[in-house]
Amino acid sequence: MAETTYIKAISDGLREEMQQDDSVFLLGEDIGNYGGAFKVTKGFLDEFGEDRVIDTPLAESGILGVSIGAALQGMRPVAEMQFSDFVATGFNQLVNNAAKIHYRWGAEVPMVVRMPSGGGVHGGPFHSQNTEAWFFHVPGLKLVAPSTPYDAKGLIRAAIRDSNPVLYFEHKYLYRREKGDVPDGDYTVEIGKGRIARAGRHLSVLTYGSMVPASLEAAEKVSNSDGIDVEVVDLRSLMPLDMDLIYDSVKKTNKALIVHEDLKTGGIGAELSARITEEVFEWLDGPIRRIASIDTPVPFAPSLEEYFMPNPEKIAQGIRDLWSY
Amino acid sequence: MTQTEISNLLEKVKIEEFQSIAGLTAEDCITLYYYMRLTRSFEMRLASLYRQGKVVGGVYLGTGNEATSVGATYALKPEDILAPMHRDTGAHFTKGADLASMALQLLGRANGPTGGKDNGSHHGDKSINTLGMISHLGTMIPVAAGAALASKIKKTKQVAMHFIGDGTSSIGDFHEGINFAAVLNLPVVYVIENNQYAYSTPNSKQFRSSWLAKRAVGYGIPGIVIDGTDVFEVYRVTKWAVDRAREGKGPTLIESQTMRMRGHSEHDAADYVPEEVKQKWEKKDPVDELVERLQSWGVLTDGLKKQIDNQINDEVDAAFDTALEASAPEGSTAAEGVFAG
Repeated sequence: MAETTYIKAISDGLREEMQQDDSVFLLGEDIGNYGGAFKVTKGFLDEFGEDRVIDTPLAESGILGVSIGAALQGMRPVAEMQFSDFVATGFNQLVNNAAKIHYRWGAEVPMVVRMPSGGGVHGGPFHSQNTEAWFFHVPGLKLVAPSTPYDAKGLIRAAIRDSNPVLYFEHKYLYRREKGDVPDGDYTVEIGKGRIARAGRHLSVLTYGSMVPASLEAAEKVSNSDGIDVEVVDLRSLMPLDMDLIYDSVKKTNKALIVHEDLKTGGIGAELSARITEEVFEWLDGPIRRIASIDTPVPFAPSLEEYFMPNPEKIAQGIRDLWSY
Repeated sequence: MTQTEISNLLEKVKIEEFQSIAGLTAEDCITLYYYMRLTRSFEMRLASLYRQGKVVGGVYLGTGNEATSVGATYALKPEDILAPMHRDTGAHFTKGADLASMALQLLGRANGPTGGKDNGSHHGDKSINTLGMISHLGTMIPVAAGAALASKIKKTKQVAMHFIGDGTSSIGDFHEGINFAAVLNLPVVYVIENNQYAYSTPNSKQFRSSWLAKRAVGYGIPGIVIDGTDVFEVYRVTKWAVDRAREGKGPTLIESQTMRMRGHSEHDAADYVPEEVKQKWEKKDPVDELVERLQSWGVLTDGLKKQIDNQINDEVDAAFDTALEASAPEGSTAAEGVFAG
C-alpha cells in the first residue's frame, strides 16, 4: 500500500496490464517518445517498444478506427485522445462503428479510449470539455469516470479487460492534486458499480469525477456550519449506472442533489433525475436539483471559468438550499 | 461448389493448349468463372425477389464489379482479412461465405449472421476473417489498417484487404486511414472500385484528378490503375500487392476501373447515366468477357459451362429457398446483444 497520485495510478494500471497481457498496446499522439501530453505513458516506449507504444499521425478517426480493427483481431488497444475534446473528430468511429459492432454481427471490440477531460486548468474552449454526455446516449459504449487513485487504477485495468469499447474519462484537474492509497498487486474495480464516498443521513449528493472531491469538501463545510449530514455517492461508472446504489441512497436521505462538472442541459444528471422520479418518487421530500456548469462553451480566462463551473462553495450553497426546502 | 468439385469437373474436360495466365492454372480460371457467375446469378435472383416485394430495404448490386471483387480476393489466403463493401458479394463468396447465410442476412432472418439487426451485406464473419462494414463509407479504411496492425504486432503475416468506392475517396477517413497505414508500413491492400458513380454523382463532381491512384504518391506508397473488368489483370496486380504486403513492404493503393451497371440501389433506374456510357461499358461485361476468353482457350467448353451454370442455379435456389422459409426474428430480440459478455 502506497500513497499515489491519480495520474500515477493510471500509469501503473496501464503498465501492469501491458506486463501481464501481450495483446494490450497503446496508441495515440505524442505518447511514445514524448511520453504523452501529460506524461501518463512516460518510459513506456523504452519498456515495451515501438510495436506496443505507437506514436500515431494526428488523426483521431484514424486512431479510433485502427483501434477497432486491431480489437477485432484479438488485440486490446488503449487509444489516447490527447484531450477528450479532440474525440469529436473521431466521433463516427465510436458511435457508429465501435458501439454497434457487437449488436450488429456479434464480434467483440475490446478497446479502451482514454479521455483526459475537464476544466479548472484554464485550457479554454477546446482543452477543457467534459464529453461524457455525447456518448451517454449511444448504446454499446461503457463509460467510466474515476475520482480517486484507487479507482483510477482499478478501473483502467477493468476497462482493458472488458470485452466492450470503454471510454475512460480521466480528469486532468485531479491528475496531480488527488492522492490516495493504492494497494500493490492486481485488483480491478467493477464497471457498473458506484461507491459511497461519504455516508450521511440528510441529503444525497450524486456525483462523479472532479466533483467528488469538491462535493466531499462541501459536505464537510455544511456539516461544520449547518450540521447537515450529507451522503456523497461517487458514480464511478456512468454507463452502466449503478441505479440500485443511487436509489438506496435517495430512499435513505429523501433528498437528491446531482452535481457534475459537465453542462447542465442534457447532462447525465438529467437522466439520473428522470430515473429517480420514475422509480423512487414516493421517497422524495423535495425537488431533485442539479448543480452543473452553465450552458456555454468553456471560457478561458480564470474569472470566467470560475463563474462557469461548480466549486465547493456553490455545492455547499446548493446543499443548504435543498436542505431548507 | 467446393474446390474439389471444381477439380473433378475439370478432369472430365481435356485442356490441350492452355498453359497459364497471370500465374493461374486452368483450374483457377474455372474457379474464377464459377465465383463470378455465382455472384451474378445470386444477385440477379436477389433483384428479382426485390421486385416481387420479398426483400425489405435497399438492394445494392455489384453488377459489372464481379471481376474486381472476385479477382482481388482470389489473391488472398484463408487467414487474410477482408473488409468488403456493399457491392462485394463476390468477395464474400470467394472468401468462403456460405450462400444460405448470405441470403438469410439479406432477407433479415432470425438465423442470419446479424439476426435481422443489420441489413445488406453489413455482416462480418470471424470464421472466414471478414469484417462487417457500416453505411458510413470510409469508416472501414482505418479499421482495415488496424486489422493489419494486429497482424504486424502479432507477426502472423496476415494481409488485410479493403474495397473503397470512388465516392469514398472524398471523405476524411480515406486520408486518415491510408496515411496511417503508410506511415506504420502496414500489410494492407486498398482497392478502389471506381465504378464511375457514387449514387447519382459522377466522378467529374467527385474529384478533379484524372486517376485516384495518383493520390498514392502523396502517401509514399505504390498506386496502380487497372482494368477492373479483366479478372486476370485484377488478380495479377492485387496478387503482387498482397505478396508485397506480406513481405513487410507496406500498403498499396489500386484503382480498379469498372462500371456500376445497375442503379445505386434497385429502386434507382440510374437515368442520370448517359446512354453512350452505358453502351460503352455493356461491351465490357466482366463475366461475358471471361467466358469468351476461356472458351477461345478451350478451357471452358460448352458442356462444362452448362454443367457449372446448372449447379450454380441449384445452389442459388437452395440458398434463397432456405432464406425465404426461415423465420423473421422475434421482436424482443431487438433488446439483446448491445454489450458483449
